[in-house]
Amino acid sequence: MIRMQAVGLRYPGREGPEVLRDLDAFVPAGGFRWLLGPSGAGKTSLLRLLYLAVRPSRGRLDLLGTEIGAADRAALALLRRRIGVVFQDFRLLDHLTAFDNVALPLRIAGRPEGQIRADVTEMLRWVGLHSRRNVHPPALSGGEQQRVAIARAVINRPSLLLADEPTGNLDDAQAERLMQLLKELNRLGTTVVVATHNAALVARHPAPALELEAGQLVAGGRAADDGRRADRGQRVDG
Amino acid sequence: MAEPRRRWLRPRGADDLGLRRALADRALPLLVASMTFLAALSAAGFVAASAIARHWQEGAAASLTVLVPRPGEPAVEPGRTRRDAALAVLGGSPALAEFRALADSELADLLRPWLGADAERMSLPLPAVIAVRLAHGAGERGADLDALAARLDAAAPGALLERQDVWARRLAVLARSLQACAGVVLLLVGAVAAALVAVATRAGLAARREAIEIVHLLGATDAYIAAGFARRVTWLAGLGGTAGAIAALPILLALGLLALPFLRRDIGAAADPAALAGAVPPLLWLVLPALAAAAAAIGWLTAQATVRAWLRGLP
Ligand SMILES: Nc1ncnc2c1ncn2[C@@H]1O[C@H](COP(=O)(O)OP(=O)(O)OP(=O)(O)O)[C@@H](O)[C@H]1O
Ligand SMILES: [Mg+2]
Repeated sequence: MIRMQAVGLRYPGREGPEVLRDLDAFVPAGGFRWLLGPSGAGKTSLLRLLYLAVRPSRGRLDLLGTEIGAADRAALALLRRRIGVVFQDFRLLDHLTAFDNVALPLRIAGRPEGQIRADVTEMLRWVGLHSRRNVHPPALSGGEQQRVAIARAVINRPSLLLADEPTGNLDDAQAERLMQLLKELNRLGTTVVVATHNAALVARHPAPALELEAGQLVAGGRAADDGRRADRGQRVDG
Repeated sequence: MAEPRRRWLRPRGADDLGLRRALADRALPLLVASMTFLAALSAAGFVAASAIARHWQEGAAASLTVLVPRPGEPAVEPGRTRRDAALAVLGGSPALAEFRALADSELADLLRPWLGADAERMSLPLPAVIAVRLAHGAGERGADLDALAARLDAAAPGALLERQDVWARRLAVLARSLQACAGVVLLLVGAVAAALVAVATRAGLAARREAIEIVHLLGATDAYIAAGFARRVTWLAGLGGTAGAIAALPILLALGLLALPFLRRDIGAAADPAALAGAVPPLLWLVLPALAAAAAAIGWLTAQATVRAWLRGLP
C-alpha cells in the first residue's frame, strides 16, 4: 500500500522548483503500476521516496500502513526490509560475490545460514546465474548484474517491489521472463511499481500507470484513480 | 561435524561492508601499539611513584637518628652516662616503636669510607648514634618530636635529634606529584587513542560510504552497521594494544629492577635477577593485560559512537 498526500520533494542545497510537487496518489496493497515519464521527470526521485532513501520535504507519505513522517529510525529499517528495490544503476557490492550480494538482505534480516543457502541457490538458478554465483559484479555483464540486482530485490519476498528501468540491460526474452516474475509476485500479493522507458514492454503488459512530467503527476494519481478505475485494472493485465 | 555447523552459522569473517580494505591492518594497530606503549610507561610511573611515596612515608619518615656527643661522660643526673640518660628518655617515650644504639664497630663501618680501616684505633671523640623507629603514624606528629628533642637536650645537653620526616615528606609530595602527572599522561594517551580511532573510523566510513548506503537501504539497522565497524576496529585496536603491551614488558622489567633497591632494602643490588623479577610490583602484571583490553574497549566504544553519529546523517 502506498498513499501520497500533497507530497513534495526538494533535494537539499538545490535551488529552484521542487523536484516533485503536489503528488497525490494511492496504490492499494497488491496493486501494479507502471511509472512513466520523460527522462528527468522525477521517476527515480519518486522511487527514492518510496524506498526511503529520502524523506518527503512536504506532505504525508504512508507505506505498508506506516506513516513515514512519524516513524523512528528502527521502524524505518524494519520497513525497508519489506521493500525490494531494483536500482537503475544496480548498486551491487563489488567486494561480494553474486551469491553474497543476493544473500545480503537475508543476512541483514538475520536469517539462519542454512535457509539463506537454499533460498539464494534457488533464486540464482531461476535468474540463470547459478554457474556465475562466485563471480564478483565487476566481472559480470550488464545484463548479468541486472539479474543479480533483481534476485537481491525479490529474495526476501518483499511486500512492496520497486524497479527502476529493470529491463534496460536485458534482451527481449530476459525482459519477458522478468515481467513473468514481477506478475507472479504481484499475483501473490506484492505491490509492484516499475519505472520504464520501454514502451513496447508497457504495451505488451497493459496496467495502470503513474505518469510524471516535470515533477508532477499528470495521470494515475488519486484523482484519476477514484472515478474511472475504481476496481478495474488494479493488477497488471495480460 | 564442521559441515553442518558451517551451514547454520554466518560465514566466518563475513565482511558485508568491505571493511577489511577500508580499515587497513597496518596504520591503526601501529598507532594503537605506540599509544599502549606510552600508556604502559606512564602506568609504570604511576605504580612506581605510588610505591615510592608509600615507602618514604611509612619508612624513612618513621625513622630518625639521635646523636649523643661525649657519650661516656656523666649525665646531668648523676650516676649514669650521657648515652644511658638519652636511652632512658627514649625508653619513656610511647611514640617510639623501637630504638637501638649502634655498637662502636657498626659506627666504624659507617665511617670507614671517610676515615679508612683504622677509624677505631684513632680514638676519635665519636658521638653515640641511636637509630629510632617511630610507632606507626607517629611520623605525622611534629610537635611530639619537638618535645622529645627538648627532653633529650635536658638529660644530655648537646644531644641531637636528627629528623628525616621533613625531607621524607617532601620526597613523598614529589612522588605524589609525579604520580599525578603519570595519571594525567595516562588519561591523555587514552583520549589521543580515542581520537585516532575516531579519525580512522571516519576515514573508513568515507571510503565505504556507497556500501553503507546500500546496506542501509536494504534495511540494516544502525546497530548492524555500527557492529560491523566496531568488530573490525576492536580487533585492530586489540592487536595494537597487545603488541604495545608486549613491547613495554622488557622496559618495565628493567625499570622494576632499577627501582627495587629503593623499595626493598632487604634485597641487595647483586641478588639473583630471577628473584628480582618476581619483585616487580604485582600490580604491573595486571596493568599490561588491562591496557591491551582498554585499547580494545576504546576501539569498540569510539567506533560505535562515531558510526552511529555518522549514520544519523542518513534518513
Ligand atoms: N541526488 C540529487 N540531487 C540533486 N538533484 C537531483 C538528484 N537526483 C536527481 N536530481 C534532479 O531531479 C530531477 C529528476 O531526476 P530523476 O533522476 O528523478 O529523473 P528520472 O525521471 O528518473 O530520469 P531518467 O528517466 O533519466 O532516469 C532531475 O532534474 C535531476 O537533475
Ligand atoms: Mg531515473
